[in-house]
Amino acid sequence: MKKIAYQNIDKLYGELASNLDLYMPIKKAGALNFEKYENGKEADIETLQTVKSVKDLFFPQVEHFVDFKTDGTKIDVIDTREIRSEFAIFGVRACDLKSLEVLDKVFLQEPVDSMYKNKRDNAVIFTLACQNPHASCFCKVFDIDASSPKGDVECHLTNGVLYLNPITEKGANLVNKLTCLEDATSESVDLNKQEIKAKIDALPFSNLDLSVFKGENLMELFDRKEWEELSKACLGCGTCTFICPTCQCFDVRDFKTNNGVKRFRCWDSCMYSEFTKMAAENPRKNQMQRFRQRFMHKLVYYPSNNGGLYSCVGCGRCVKKCPQSLNIVKVIKKLGDK
Amino acid sequence: MVNEVLIPHIGVITDIRKDTPDVKTFRVVGLDGKKVFEHMPGQCAMLSIPGVGEAMFSITSSPTNTEFMEFSIKKCGCLTSWLHAMTVGQQVTIRGPYGNGFPVTTDFKGKNMLFIAGGIGLAPLRSVINYIRDNRQDYGTIDIVYGSRSMDDLVDFREIEEEWKNEKDFNVYLTIDREQEGWNGHVGFVPSYVKEVNIPTDRTAVLCGPPIMIKFTLQALLELGFNKTQVYTTLEFRMKCGVGKCGRCNVGNKYICKDGPVFRMDQLQELPSEY
Ligand SMILES: Cc1cc2nc3c(=O)[nH]c(=O)nc-3n(C[C@H](O)[C@H](O)[C@H](O)COP(=O)(O)OP(=O)(O)OC[C@H]3O[C@@H](n4cnc5c(N)ncnc54)[C@H](O)[C@@H]3O)c2cc1C
Ligand code: SF4
Ligand code: SF4
Ligand code: FES
Repeated sequence: MKKIAYQNIDKLYGELASNLDLYMPIKKAGALNFEKYENGKEADIETLQTVKSVKDLFFPQVEHFVDFKTDGTKIDVIDTREIRSEFAIFGVRACDLKSLEVLDKVFLQEPVDSMYKNKRDNAVIFTLACQNPHASCFCKVFDIDASSPKGDVECHLTNGVLYLNPITEKGANLVNKLTCLEDATSESVDLNKQEIKAKIDALPFSNLDLSVFKGENLMELFDRKEWEELSKACLGCGTCTFICPTCQCFDVRDFKTNNGVKRFRCWDSCMYSEFTKMAAENPRKNQMQRFRQRFMHKLVYYPSNNGGLYSCVGCGRCVKKCPQSLNIVKVIKKLGDK
Repeated sequence: MVNEVLIPHIGVITDIRKDTPDVKTFRVVGLDGKKVFEHMPGQCAMLSIPGVGEAMFSITSSPTNTEFMEFSIKKCGCLTSWLHAMTVGQQVTIRGPYGNGFPVTTDFKGKNMLFIAGGIGLAPLRSVINYIRDNRQDYGTIDIVYGSRSMDDLVDFREIEEEWKNEKDFNVYLTIDREQEGWNGHVGFVPSYVKEVNIPTDRTAVLCGPPIMIKFTLQALLELGFNKTQVYTTLEFRMKCGVGKCGRCNVGNKYICKDGPVFRMDQLQELPSEY
């Protein structure tokens, strides 16, 4: 294990950034998001959560991947995918880390999504244990341990010291290169883990009951009359899907330029009425159906296809950000207690 | 870096046939003049005109056709209108094949088959019907019930009249919705015609067409004594990726692009009726 005094943390960022591209929570215009670290930027690892999750670095909101040049009848296809070399991400919380496992099952399944895989293969992830979990967090429900998030390097910030514990070979290789670190023993971190666990146990949503949410109850849950009431206020704004670390729906669109056509993919939302609209009909005609799709997918459809793994990591972003105060916790409570 | 499924190949249009007032059939090959990829009956491909859009279409030609692929496309929106405006020699993009296809080498093998189509729903069935014609010894009697709005809306009319009707142990039943001059065949909707023809229940049935036709035809088959485990259909949803990743085309926990588009009716019963 290694350590650095928190007052010298800029040295660590600087040294990491001189080795490879470093992404971390950076405050810009009041909003905290994962961005590329550069000298003079406002890095912040004390605030618990970024607005958008770490998924943005693996599955960006907009990703341009091919150009077409048309000349008479002839079309040229030009591969424009970005090829990444190794990069580091600092300050990833346990829930966001787990969301990558959820996304892996979608994007790394055959046929492999080359753009996602390239970033996944080249990322060195420094996690950060959650010193002050928020009342909206419920990662514990999904067996996620926010006191000990296992990335490539597991970090703890306690009593003015940042501890770094390499987990993977990739993590160790990078940490060993850093000259600003000193050796450390694990006592403070062990103690800190216990403190964090106690805080998490005391959170209001830490004991939600997920037992009804399984594949064998698919039809019964789909038909529950409570969906009407749960979704009544939903605006279909899509906020919950964009901030969610596990939402993976995308659209593919073309953009005409003076110099050919750019094709890119961008986040889309099952909360939008256009999402499934077809010429003759729309299989999900009303907002209740779309709302139901989002939560059934997270709690029933996805787990039934992925060995029981839920497609929610309890990050609480939708709990905090829905303008109508609708969220997955309300769904779990309402449908979970029958 | 591994290949990206979303990056398409080039397809060259080598023939265009006008089937009906709003359906054209396009022949497509790769730049080398050969088929762009192999497929199974019932599988689909994504066709696109860059700058216009990309959409999923059934590969209507049989895999036994070694020279080219064909797509029967109904004009109904932006991309399909552009495709209808294309001429021979022009290029499109193509990627695939997608979907599970029909179980032609397993569940269908050795069976007497009943194919029921409405309108453009013939497109996926034509692939399997022509596959069966080229592997005749593996299948029994073939009954085909096909209906459209009018005589002019029957897709592949020439092939049906000149080839399918002359095939041994093939029974072809055509119908149109309303009386029309020059038509002396059957008039009426597909579901009631299926009941009239009274097809023996030892057939494995495949239904393709608009949802409303599928619903009533299934009902008719059940009344005739068919079991849901004998009846297959294809579902259609809006699609973007074709490989179960864009999250657009699920019914319950199944993705139509990947786990479908072919489903057996008893499997559909286990899923929410959101289609
Ligand atoms: C598995 C599958 C197989 C198909 N096979 C064939 C086929 O063999 N022949 C054929 O003609 N068509 C087929 N379709 C339908 C075809 O994909 C649509 O007609 C096409 O997407 C419309 O594109 P457009 O740009 O012309 O329409 P747009 O301009 O995009 O839209 C026109 C209208 O069509 C709707 N639309 C968009 N996507 C679809 C869709 N996938 N299905 C229906 N409506 C849609 C739009 O919401 C809009 O209301 C198939 C669809 C699927 C999913
Ligand atoms: S649940 Fe809330 S955040 Fe999500 S679409 Fe509805 S109103 Fe918007
Ligand atoms: S559904 Fe809500 S709580 Fe669950 S992972 Fe998504 S944003 Fe976080
Ligand atoms: S088309 Fe993307 S998931 Fe089916």
